[in-house]
Amino acid sequence: MILDNAREATAEALQVRPDEVTFTPTGTHAVHLGVLGLLRGSRRGDLVAHSAVEHSAVHHAVRWGGRGDSVGVDRTGRVDLAALHTAAERDDCAVVALQSANHEVGTVQPVGEVDLPAGVPLFTDACASMGRVPLPRGWAAAAGSAHKWGGPAGVGVLLVRKGSRWRNPFPDDDRIDERTTGFENVPAILAAAASLQAVVAERETTSARHRELIDVVRSRVAAEVPDVDVVGDPDSRLPHLVTFSCLYVDGEAIVTELDRLGFGVASGSACTASTLTPSHVLEAMGVLTHGNVRLSLQDDATRADVDAFCDALPEVVRSIRARVGM
Amino acid sequence: MNDIALELDCRGMPCPRPVIELARNLASVAVGDLLAVVAEDPAARVDVPAWCRMRGQEWVREDTAADGVARYVVRRLA
Repeated sequence: MILDNAREATAEALQVRPDEVTFTPTGTHAVHLGVLGLLRGSRRGDLVAHSAVEHSAVHHAVRWGGRGDSVGVDRTGRVDLAALHTAAERDDCAVVALQSANHEVGTVQPVGEVDLPAGVPLFTDACASMGRVPLPRGWAAAAGSAHKWGGPAGVGVLLVRKGSRWRNPFPDDDRIDERTTGFENVPAILAAAASLQAVVAERETTSARHRELIDVVRSRVAAEVPDVDVVGDPDSRLPHLVTFSCLYVDGEAIVTELDRLGFGVASGSACTASTLTPSHVLEAMGVLTHGNVRLSLQDDATRADVDAFCDALPEVVRSIRARVGM
Repeated sequence: MNDIALELDCRGMPCPRPVIELARNLASVAVGDLLAVVAEDPAARVDVPAWCRMRGQEWVREDTAADGVARYVVRRLA
């Protein structure tokens, strides 16, 4: 009963039907179920055409359950829509996967413009955008992650459009919601649904404020730090995040130094990853991968916060470059 | 192969060292000449062309050194 309330609140916030909502243990699991369930329901083959900048959860699901056909993106990270359509026309193309917006650079993908042949469903990984911006149109299955909208960790959302050919890719579990396995984490799901309602109710004002603050960061970083690549689409983007790369700067050094000054940032640089390979997103976009910084605004971020960051950054970059004689 | 004015050996160097070496040695070749960097660092494949775009130099090609390690060739334009 309590779970049904959470399901209804979530459905209403996302403007979908309650019976299209399944709660999963994580966003990653929702992605896996979404991709693999559409693959299993397909009568065409096992090929998944996807953008080159999908989250690794999509790449892993595709590799595990089928074959991938990666479609390139432009310098801003936006998928080549014509190439995606061509890939979808192949006889053995079973599913097309296109994220709502990119999790690293924020670029919004043209999900609503995707026009697929009959029998080829669209999976949309909406983990980066769910709650913050309305869901795009046209998907047969979609996935979200509660902690990405500010809810608790440990709750994912799988959406399966009524009437789409989705089949459980894993063994059945004879429970109320046949799309998932095990007992739902009811307290966390309630918290997730409540925070989603709050985020959606306030998103117009939050988005406008975040968009303005990120515009400040984008223009100040580009103007005040020499040899910097501010990446992602400047306009068609998520409101709350920005990514840029600084020439000759070690990614780990800049993250560590900013952290020491109290600014929590992430990086897609190889030097910060255990694998020594750079972010596949930055690579696909053809933008500088080293010295990479990703700033995500907290909900209550202020102009003073972003100004403090922009004030500190040029000296941080200069000192790291000076260490290597640049 | 003989058209390279200077080849930098950046084998074993981690990111972003190969690009730093490229920038440091740019002035060692004449404008219009080719400069190459040999590097195992996988980030160099993306970062050398990106460096060319950001610094106004010309990205020429990727080929391989005699030992099979990737070599990135750029032309000094300024």
